[in-house]
Amino acid sequence: MEATVTTANSEEKTWGGGNEPMGASYGKLMMWFFIVSDALTFSGFLAAYGFSRFKFIETWPVADEVFTHFPFLHGVSAPMYYVALMTFILIFSSVTMVLAVDAGHQMKKDKVVLYMFLTIIGGLIFVGSQAWEWKNFIKGEYGAVETKGGSLLQFVDKDGKRVALAEFAATLPEEREQLTRNKAKWFMDEPTLPSYSVAEVQAGFKSHPDVLIRTEVLNEKKQKTVLSRKESEARLADAQYVVEGANLIRNEYGSKLFADFFFFITGFHGFHVFSGVIINIIIFFNVLLGTYEKRKSYEMVEKVGLYWHFVDLVWVFVFTVFYLV
Amino acid sequence: MSHDHVSNTGRIWKVFGILSAVTIFEVILGILKPESLYMNSLMGMNLLNWIFYALTLYKAYYIVWAFMHMEGEKSSLRASVVYPVIFLVLYLLFILLTEGDYIYEVFKNSTIKWNF
Repeated sequence: MEATVTTANSEEKTWGGGNEPMGASYGKLMMWFFIVSDALTFSGFLAAYGFSRFKFIETWPVADEVFTHFPFLHGVSAPMYYVALMTFILIFSSVTMVLAVDAGHQMKKDKVVLYMFLTIIGGLIFVGSQAWEWKNFIKGEYGAVETKGGSLLQFVDKDGKRVALAEFAATLPEEREQLTRNKAKWFMDEPTLPSYSVAEVQAGFKSHPDVLIRTEVLNEKKQKTVLSRKESEARLADAQYVVEGANLIRNEYGSKLFADFFFFITGFHGFHVFSGVIINIIIFFNVLLGTYEKRKSYEMVEKVGLYWHFVDLVWVFVFTVFYLV
Repeated sequence: MSHDHVSNTGRIWKVFGILSAVTIFEVILGILKPESLYMNSLMGMNLLNWIFYALTLYKAYYIVWAFMHMEGEKSSLRASVVYPVIFLVLYLLFILLTEGDYIYEVFKNSTIKWNF
């Protein structure tokens, strides 16, 4: 029997409890293994994104052209600055979290309270920023059209600068009413109609000779291909939908899967941040009530800290995969 | 708890400095996109992206080791958390990215077209 007992612990019975083969308490160990499984879930999503990206490597949207907004800077193209700021906020809230854990080791309740509070604030700012980013993504900026074959066509001027549909689309005397339930049977409705019909975009394109079409295809300079006026007219004749902003079916940025992955991966991460904030709030109140003071151990703060750092860790990868690469 | 109770705030701020500096460096590279890195590729990905992934792993190392305090854990805990993740992620990436590239080649070189 003794050959199968591997711990050096000779005073206690091996199966009597109190053994910590990896030097961590049960709760902490389980938090680590939860993090392993969650890390694999996120890896699955990001690897699926990589799969689709390699599959459509010549037509994938360029991130710098999609995420260009910054609060209070309207019309200024500011690629990446906003997500970089979000990254800082999350890293900083990770720092305050680790400071809270550190203060907990020294049983300094007031410091734990302060740092936990700052962590919660950081998390809330991050989730708010995420919501703002989603709002811009869903609303869109320029609009585009989709052809019968499923290609996405965007509009540029002679210098290759993007042109919004509103800048050139004509207004035709046609009335297309939104189908809603109260105007028909209870099961009959349709998605929100775009501001312009295909015919209006085509008519406007005809009367603006300096507008050109930009396709999804990346050229050898890794920029989107701009067609000549003649080619543009031919392509636009195939237009079937006007696309404004993004939803799960189509988006004005390019590949349909791009928006799906964006919503799914940043949404899943945002959900993690949100639940992290909720858990942090619960632990924050426990600290205030002196629960861990009575327990003489702030290990609970350490455990939620692990989860919070993990959320930060995932964001570091999401940031790279969606915004940098 | 096995690790010491001395405060290591100094190290925390140092790691924060490293993570911030790396992030700023990444953003600068991403905006400048140096041609020599952006246009040359290695194993199907351009050099700039390789640098981004390397820096991301560098940041991940500091988050796990310093913030999550992996450096203070027993080596058995470190091994049982880190090795399965590394192995499974590399395996998954290898399979999916190879397959994605294969489908791209099929669309490109055969008569099947995904859009027109």
